[in-house]
Amino acid sequence: MSVKSASGNPLSILKRHLRAACAATALLLGVGSLAEAADLNALIWCDHSDPALLQPFEEANNVKVNVKEFEGTGAGLAIVEQSQPGDWDVMVIDSIDVPRGVEKGLFEPLPEDKLPLADLFPQVKMDGSTVVGGKRYGITEKFGYNTIGFNKTKVDPADMQSLASLTSDKYKGKVAIYDYYLPVIGMAALAIGKKTADLTEADLPALKAELLKMKANAKLVGEVTASQTALATGEVDILVGGGEWVTAGLAKENPALDFSIPKEGAVLWSQSLAMFKASKNKDLALKFIQYIMSPEGQARLATSSCYWGMPANSKAALTDDQKKVLRFDEQPGFLARAQAYPAPNADLDKKMQDMWTEMLQAK
Amino acid sequence: MSSNGNSGNALPRAGRALPWALVTPALGWTLLFFVLPFIAMGFSSLTAHEGGGFTLSNYSQFFTNPSYWQAMVNSLQVTAIVTLLSVLLAYPFAWILAEQVPERWQRLALMLAVLPFWTSYVVRSYSWLLVLAQNGVINRALTGSGLIAEPLQLANTRLATVTGFVHFFVMLLTLTIFANLKQLSPSYRKAAADLGAGPVRTFLHVILPLTLPGIMVGAFLTFVLCIGDYITPQILGGNNELLMPQLVMMQIGRRGDFPLASALSIILMAVVTVAYLACARWLKIERA
Repeated sequence: MSVKSASGNPLSILKRHLRAACAATALLLGVGSLAEAADLNALIWCDHSDPALLQPFEEANNVKVNVKEFEGTGAGLAIVEQSQPGDWDVMVIDSIDVPRGVEKGLFEPLPEDKLPLADLFPQVKMDGSTVVGGKRYGITEKFGYNTIGFNKTKVDPADMQSLASLTSDKYKGKVAIYDYYLPVIGMAALAIGKKTADLTEADLPALKAELLKMKANAKLVGEVTASQTALATGEVDILVGGGEWVTAGLAKENPALDFSIPKEGAVLWSQSLAMFKASKNKDLALKFIQYIMSPEGQARLATSSCYWGMPANSKAALTDDQKKVLRFDEQPGFLARAQAYPAPNADLDKKMQDMWTEMLQAK
Repeated sequence: MSSNGNSGNALPRAGRALPWALVTPALGWTLLFFVLPFIAMGFSSLTAHEGGGFTLSNYSQFFTNPSYWQAMVNSLQVTAIVTLLSVLLAYPFAWILAEQVPERWQRLALMLAVLPFWTSYVVRSYSWLLVLAQNGVINRALTGSGLIAEPLQLANTRLATVTGFVHFFVMLLTLTIFANLKQLSPSYRKAAADLGAGPVRTFLHVILPLTLPGIMVGAFLTFVLCIGDYITPQILGGNNELLMPQLVMMQIGRRGDFPLASALSIILMAVVTVAYLACARWLKIERA
């Protein structure tokens, strides 16, 4: 009877529920902290969120890779600044932006002897960016070209061997421009005979004129999905700044899509992996980097569902079909003509972005 | 005696405290999620991106860079067109729902009207892109029927942006105007008829003025949501002209220029505030 009355007392019920809630919370926290010990937190681009890439690593190491996607180095660094030290273990970053992370004291030097650096295509190691003060802070994992993507049934492939076609009346209204100012400014530089590495403020008027000519031919300026959709649906026939990252993933559905490295060259994009200095799982982070750089990891990353790109490791375990789509065998020739992203200082970077804004607003 | 006196004072004090107690959660919410972030954003907008320190350059850039100005002009133009079109389309729709659809079907009709809200905003925008594309439904129908020889440029234009926005906001406005129409007492119409007013006159001189608050509230919501929207112009506009939210996002992407992004956001918020004050003044809310 007394038990019954006690259990029916509202205060007792409340206390009992509170105790249960506390116990459940403690259990959850306990599980959470256990899970944390076996977690790897990665700040990534969308190609790393492909389960086909992550699952083999997770199963082999009995860990969970928690990923957070971001677009653009600025946005990525902002996430880091708003996080607690130790929240993140590894980060994918534009190779040219590795020094920005190093300057902020974010990254841990990588042990070169434990990485397959000898297997990387020499032109994409990008030691000028990934090595700072004699220490390696990033390793290139994937690369490709911002160049001309096109539908070979709609345009003359011979025309696509020259950047001059992008501003030719012949293709007016048939062009889309990829909405990222640095690579497209790099392409404009190549079109006017400048080297991307040598760009200065004095080059801006000529670059602006070239960009405006491109815009006059363009139907749209779109980010990844929009520009990809425009090319895939036939809204446009040419994508300025496109490349294998657009056409390779769509090759099965639309084999007419292709890319060229024109005679003036193309802009090399390159993404690197870096480890955070404050990581609590440095051994696991290194294992992850080693997995991504392994032949198997490289093949999976190169053909990720988000976008395809060339693996940095020349020994990537790609199938013959995948190599054909990526035009693996032609890479030596492509790389010889490719130039790196422009890497402006903060002041020039701001001026370039403002120039891009003007181009977008131009009618 | 003293005990009585104390309890006598305690009750009015408790009475005075009760409204504050009730309003505290809302105040706390506003403070935490609006006032403090706004102060942080204001502070950020007054700092330099490189090296920190106080500066007004983030604001001066907006007023001296024609491209930035143009983004504001574009935003205001698109928002004004969308708001006007949405009102013009939503009013008759709400009227039909409130006056012509039988009461027992109104709930179903309303549910059908708000169905578009159940779909992802992004998916809806991309769907519009496919409808308006060169090989889309509209162009195929027009070229197939021989009405036009070459496909029209519909996607990646301001027209596409406005279409996407109007599709979304017509529903929002319909709901607010419908609620307003349903609150109107039938006696107004009877009184107007007794005084010899025909349906058009009744509508213009009685119904429309009485439903103006609903229209204005809906129009203001449309204005606020439209001028701050990033997704629709990004997907449907083809970046052939920049609107303010796109300009804000551009500052963050690669450069992480939060101070400039904050300054542009505050300017955008100032425009919304002016719109609100104009709306409130017009509706004489301050006298209520």
